[in-house]
Amino acid sequence: MADDSLSLTFSALADPTRREILARLAQGEATVNELAEPFEMSLQAVSKHLKVLERAGLITRGRDAQWRPCRLETAPLEEIDRYRRRLEGRFARLDEELRRMGKNHE
Amino acid sequence: MSDLKVVVEPGRQDVVMTRTFDAPRELVWRAMTEPELVARWWGLDETTTVIDRLDFCPGGSWRFVEREDDGQEYAFHGVIHDVNGPESFTQTFEFEGMPGHVLLERHSLEEVDGRTLYTSLAVFQSVEDRDGMVASGMETGAGQSMDRLEELLRTLG
Repeated sequence: MADDSLSLTFSALADPTRREILARLAQGEATVNELAEPFEMSLQAVSKHLKVLERAGLITRGRDAQWRPCRLETAPLEEIDRYRRRLEGRFARLDEELRRMGKNHE
Repeated sequence: MSDLKVVVEPGRQDVVMTRTFDAPRELVWRAMTEPELVARWWGLDETTTVIDRLDFCPGGSWRFVEREDDGQEYAFHGVIHDVNGPESFTQTFEFEGMPGHVLLERHSLEEVDGRTLYTSLAVFQSVEDRDGMVASGMETGAGQSMDRLEELLRTLG
């Protein structure tokens, strides 16, 4: 099993519960209790998911505050997002080309 | 609005991509297979695509060069394995900057209500090759907005 950072990101994102946790954190910081609320699972189970996300660099947790609020870190996701945006650019140019070809066709 | 979907499942050796084009299949096929048309969209925003060769037939070879304004070049080449126009073609793909990391691609076009659904399946030789490809060779991205992040999470879901 590869342990490079992208593989860690991918395996962290593979789980639907973890994706929901990230979607929640995209709205702002939250404590473990707040993150656990929508799920029917123990705080321990949620903590396990948070550890996986933390290891993948997808979240960081406050050190000082008693509740150690979780915060989303977007850097690992940007790698995947950049790949997607590059493809978007390519296909947008193809759209343009197809419009041009369609006009000549008429 | 683009409906691009990119599926990069953890631990797998493939990338599956779908995208609808608002044009008849014959037109999309031509844009994807005729050299002078391919040159107009294949590269990046900031590069010029030079089609060194594209012999679009089974066994034919292709080589594209991406040229940046400062003269920096990136070349890609492969062999066309089969051509089933205007439905699909299969080819190999190799970035000359990373020789030996060859992938196999199948590109398919399906007509749906006068529009064309494009599906591409790329199979890499290892999970590491695939993850490396997704992570590398990307332009410097602007800072990511929360909107884009949410969209990204939806596409991954």
